[in-house]
Amino acid sequence: MAHRTLIPVGPYHPLQEEAEFFQLHVEGETVVDMDVRLSYNHRGIEKLCESKTFDQIPFVVERVCGICSASHPLAYVQAVEAIVGEPVPERALYLRTIVNELERVHSHMLWLGLAGHFIGYNTVFMWAWRYREPVLDLLELVTGSRINYANVKVGGVRADSDLDAEKLAVIDKTMDEVKPPMEMLTNAVLDDPVIHARTKGVGVLTKEDARKYGCAGPTSRGSGIPYDIRKNDAYAAYDRLDWDAICLTEGDVFAKAVVRCLETFECIKMIKQAVKDIPDGPIDAGYKEIPEGEACGHVEAPRGETFHYVRSDGSNYPYRHKIRAPSYVNVPSFKATCIGQPISDVCLTLAAVDPCYSCTERMAAVIDMRSGKKTLNFHDLIHLSQEKTRKLMRNFKG
Amino acid sequence: MSETELAQELRSNVGEMALDVEQPSRNNIFVTIRPEDITKVVRIVWDGMQSRFAIVTGIDVPGGIEILYHFVFDEKDTVVTLKTRVAKPFPEIESITPIIPGAEWIEREVHDLLGVNFRNHPRLERLILHDNWPEGVYPLRKDFKPEDAK
Repeated sequence: MAHRTLIPVGPYHPLQEEAEFFQLHVEGETVVDMDVRLSYNHRGIEKLCESKTFDQIPFVVERVCGICSASHPLAYVQAVEAIVGEPVPERALYLRTIVNELERVHSHMLWLGLAGHFIGYNTVFMWAWRYREPVLDLLELVTGSRINYANVKVGGVRADSDLDAEKLAVIDKTMDEVKPPMEMLTNAVLDDPVIHARTKGVGVLTKEDARKYGCAGPTSRGSGIPYDIRKNDAYAAYDRLDWDAICLTEGDVFAKAVVRCLETFECIKMIKQAVKDIPDGPIDAGYKEIPEGEACGHVEAPRGETFHYVRSDGSNYPYRHKIRAPSYVNVPSFKATCIGQPISDVCLTLAAVDPCYSCTERMAAVIDMRSGKKTLNFHDLIHLSQEKTRKLMRNFKG
Repeated sequence: MSETELAQELRSNVGEMALDVEQPSRNNIFVTIRPEDITKVVRIVWDGMQSRFAIVTGIDVPGGIEILYHFVFDEKDTVVTLKTRVAKPFPEIESITPIIPGAEWIEREVHDLLGVNFRNHPRLERLILHDNWPEGVYPLRKDFKPEDAK
């Protein structure tokens, strides 16, 4: 039997917000099996929500994820609004759209930067994050905070920060300014032969596997499943705007990267339309009470569908509140995408589904199964990935 | 709320196994079924009608555990929830993981937090709870007290 090595990645996973523990079984350079252990960071938010009032919960659920902090509360309030069954003011719907699309722009730029870093393109990392900064400033302009916006509430939004024509013009102008650097970065991805060599045909998720694992968002849209909750079951003001859902069929890391790059332009297009069309008027429907009932609400977060289920028994507190973040269905697909890959591509394959990245500790080690000695740490793994790119670059130059 | 075409389609496809079909809001349909029919109905709804599996929700209700299987019909803009109830003290239902591999984690999670036994699950090990967590203490049940976990 071939010499098998076990590579534990975690429990503080280098790529994810929540601590997760991957065990990669490798033979030589090739991953032959993997196992995932998670919930080191389970915070019991579903249980906590049972003891919070309907109006308090948006503040809790926006803390599920620091980057998707507009998507979770929106999915929740849409579930509650479906129970109530009364319409939400038009201006609130547009404000929700603007905030959610700004969130997507900054999230995709963040991903692009990190993906660049993992394959050794640190300039892409610096540039993507630099051009992302004004987007966060816009979020502060609209909601008052750069993250955890505390903006959406059941029946509308909490405040519109006196969003007058002047401020809307700032959003419009900043979107114009974000577009050229984003075009430059996208073209860099589309044209670079080294990036092609590192990402094309790597970590392929087939359409069948994407369906089996219930994958969502750019992960499934890179594999030929065209669904986007903003189009299918359109919420907020998405059905009033002119935009396209991006879908590619290859399923590899390259396809997922291209989906995210092209989506960013659709976001910019939507934000520009929304600031032009946003009507004046009330921002809150002023629901008095939440009747008995149950409903599901779902939202297209940057990483895919965020799904919330709420049951109300007519009291001030939900009887049950179920939350499913997109990574919950995207992460298990690693089993389909990592096996058969060389170790130097695993880092990027895991990064391609864009699991949340706000992890503070990084540790990973390669342990020789015969001697039990550590042979590589996580920096070595990133180094392996970056080294592969450098080798390819030399080949292309030569 | 008047029923959409999808609700009628579900009625005819699920047939007598559907004890009740409700559509309380435009994009939410709830189909109540018996626990013993779950795999058959999941095959009809996921495989036959080509919906997307979203997640499973377990709810502690008086006398049992309600299990909700959420399927999204993207083209019809609708979430269809299969609703069933298993009795306490030993709630048990057939696993759907052999049909939908994506259900592996959530069934383990419901097993951890609510104590539902999923028969024929390929690997019903702990997912959420720590290995030292006491057996038979289920934190999402309504009668859970934090001191039980010590």
